[in-house]
This record gives sequence, C-alpha cells and structure tokens, in this order.
Amino acid sequence: MPLAKRIVPCLDVTCGRVVKGINFLNLKNAGDPVELAKRYSDEGADELVFLDITASADNRNILRGVVEGVARAISIPFTVGGGIRNVSDARLVLCSGADKVSVNTAAVENPQVITRLADVFGQQCVVVAIDAKRRRYKAEGKITVETREGPVWFEVYTYGGRKPTGIDAVGWALRAAELGAGEFLVTSMDRDGTEDGYDIELTRVISERVKVPVIASGGAGIPEHFLEVFTKGKADAALAASVFHYNKYPVQVVKKFLREQGVNVRP
Amino acid sequence: MPEAVIFDYGVGNLLSLKCALEKVGLDARITVSPKQLQKADAIALPGVGNFSAAVTKLDAVKETLLDAVDSGTPLIGICLGLQLFFPESEEGPGKGLGLFEGKTVRLQGSVKVPHMGWNTLRIVKPNAFFDGVADESYVYFVHSLYPVPEDKKIVTAETEYGTTFTSAIASRNVFGTQFHPEKSGDVGLTILKNFAKTVKR
Repeated sequence: MPLAKRIVPCLDVTCGRVVKGINFLNLKNAGDPVELAKRYSDEGADELVFLDITASADNRNILRGVVEGVARAISIPFTVGGGIRNVSDARLVLCSGADKVSVNTAAVENPQVITRLADVFGQQCVVVAIDAKRRRYKAEGKITVETREGPVWFEVYTYGGRKPTGIDAVGWALRAAELGAGEFLVTSMDRDGTEDGYDIELTRVISERVKVPVIASGGAGIPEHFLEVFTKGKADAALAASVFHYNKYPVQVVKKFLREQGVNVRP
Repeated sequence: MPEAVIFDYGVGNLLSLKCALEKVGLDARITVSPKQLQKADAIALPGVGNFSAAVTKLDAVKETLLDAVDSGTPLIGICLGLQLFFPESEEGPGKGLGLFEGKTVRLQGSVKVPHMGWNTLRIVKPNAFFDGVADESYVYFVHSLYPVPEDKKIVTAETEYGTTFTSAIASRNVFGTQFHPEKSGDVGLTILKNFAKTVKR
C-alpha cells in the first residue's frame, strides 16, 4: 500500500481556548484544546496541528502548558506553530511534546531560520506554513495559474494573515524547500472558514513543484472537498477545523467516504 | 515499576516517548548518565536527531550500553535509535553501536522524502513484539534513511515506500522500529506494551 492520505484536524488556539474564524477574522470559541485533541486522536485523526494564532502578532510565547497537556493526551503526531522565531523557541515547543514546529512569519522575514531549524532538529521537524491569497492582477515574475476566474497568482501573508508581503507563494515554497523545509502547510486565506472547498489550484501548484509533503488547508466543508484536494489537488494531507469542531462530519465519516472513493486512508 | 531510561541526544521530542512508556507501565526517565543506563531495567534509544550528532553523544556511554545489552537488558531503538544499532550511516560520519552488521542508507527514487505519514507493516517474521498486531497495520513514519541489515534473519517487518525496506528488527533482547510506536496510536501502544512485557521487574 502507498502512504495513507492524512486527515489533520487543526486547533487554532488563543488564550488557552480553541477558536475558529472566517477568512482569518470573527473568531468563535470552539472548546478546550486538550479535550478536543484527545477526542480527535481517539476518533482516528492521523495528526494534529496546533496553532497559537495570535502569538506572532502579539509576540507572545507559545502556551507551553497547553502544548504539554495536548501531547500527554494523544498518541499521534503533533505540530505546533505560532510565534516560533528561532531555535530556542522551537526547542521549548519540542521539549513540551510537539513533534514538529511550523514557522511562517519568521521564515518569511528571515529564511535562514528554516536551515537552522533543519540542521538542529532535522528536516522532518520543520513545517513551513504559507498563508496565501489569490491575486488577479498581472505581476512580474510571479508564477501564474489558470483558474475558473482567469489567471491568478498567490500572495504570501504574514502575521496571521494581517500583512501582505507581495511575495509569490509558489516561488517562496520552492525557496523554502531548498532551505530545508520538511513539509508545507498551505492555507488559502480566501477559503479559510468558508467551507466552500479547498483552493485546489493553490494546493496543486505547490504540491507538484516541491518534493516534500503538502498539507492543504482552508475551506473544508464536506467529505467531497477532501476527496477533491487529494485527487485534483495532489495534497498529501488535508487539514480542517470547523467541520470537525462542530462534529458536522466526524473524522471517521470523512475517512469512510474517502475509502469508498478509493483513497488510501488509515482505518 | 520497572525503570526504562531514554537516552537523550539533546534534540527533539522525548516527552511523547516518555508518556507512551509510562502508559505501558514503565517508569521512564530521560538521561545521559552512564550510571542510570547501567541500572536501568530497559533502555530506549529515541528517534529524533542526526546520526553523527547522536553517535558523538553516545560515545561517552557506548561501553556501558553494550554491556547492559549483553547482560540481557531489553533495548528498544526507534527510527534513528534503530539506525544507531548499525556501524555506519549515509546521513553522516561517525561509528554506530555495531550491534548488527549492515548500514543505513538514504531513501531514493520518485517518492517524496522524508517518508512522512502512515504506512503499513508487512510482518515477515512474527514475534513477541508484534503480539496482537495485525499484518498490514498502519504505523507512523518520519524518516529519510533506513537500515539495511546484513543478517536478514533479524528482519521482522518490511514496508513499501519507493522500495521495500526493513521497518522492524528483533534479536533476543534487542528490538528496533523504523516507525514511531509512540506516535502510532493504539497499534503503537500495543507494540510498546509487548516490549514492556519483556522487561523484568
């Protein structure tokens, strides 16, 4: 059997609570991180992502206690991101029980941090998170993709979606891969929280070009969206939050659907 | 409660392994001390880090570790920990423990590397560590290299990823997995439980 496609519930955390917004705004309380993590692990989630979504903007440290609580409660892999700027930040998180760290703003502002983290902890430990938005206007030197709405390129945002950078997401992914990224977490800001489906073009353009796994994020609403992002989007893993938090489609329902459609998933 | 020591190479997440060993009834301590290794009821070589850096750290305790293994202390090596059983690795210079002949090589071909995610075990040699584990069970892998033992008789499980590679070995009191049992949900806990059963009180 080939590698199973991974279903990855995401816990966006601020002030010790799980929250969920739409297009990165209008945050709603969705529960206790340790409880939710335990539930997902028990329900057959393949991995969890834990993002301290305000850490980067507020320059706060990760909530280490919560990370440790979550790690103790589960026996599946676990990525932590939000406000990780250097090797010592990463070490704290990894020593609190995380398996991988995800970097976003710090990597864009100082790409060498990717290499440094990979050298110390190994490439497999370093997830580069990219928050991107579709851009319809023409721009020099950007990798453009044909979509239903015409040609678009994808702009990287930092600081939890607050700061546009003018950087092309595909070009950035290629560079980050060279620097030592072990995996990409690619979030469509256009689709985040909308439940309209993943940005297939964004996922595919990155997944086809980098040699490391890609986790698609933003837009999951129904099981068909997962199927689409694995088949058309070429994603290795699919991340979702609201569909799981509110128990609309539990992990096993999504997995059963995928299995029936011929996608290789872990029972 | 029997005491298991986890050798600390100084990087990465040892807490998940500690928690998992505690869940299966071992009192797990993280250490670099030869004294602790000597009196341990079981030893774990964890799976996060780099070969060359790890062998440098291991050098100071190598003799103690090999003596403990020779005297029958159960040893589990996970991922890099398994690769350290062999003398050399394509990951970098340095000499491993040399418990078995063979070497560690890089995953190559058209597949994405690191091999990261859930893949299946083909159990080629049933043994006590796989009691209650079904053939083709999914376990969690995160690695870019894999060991090639010279003695195929120690190979207990294989996995396909671009190539067929050794995903578990067992020989007397030594057990090694290329996957991470501490991250492999219930299947992983069953395997660790089996390991804990071999530990004398």
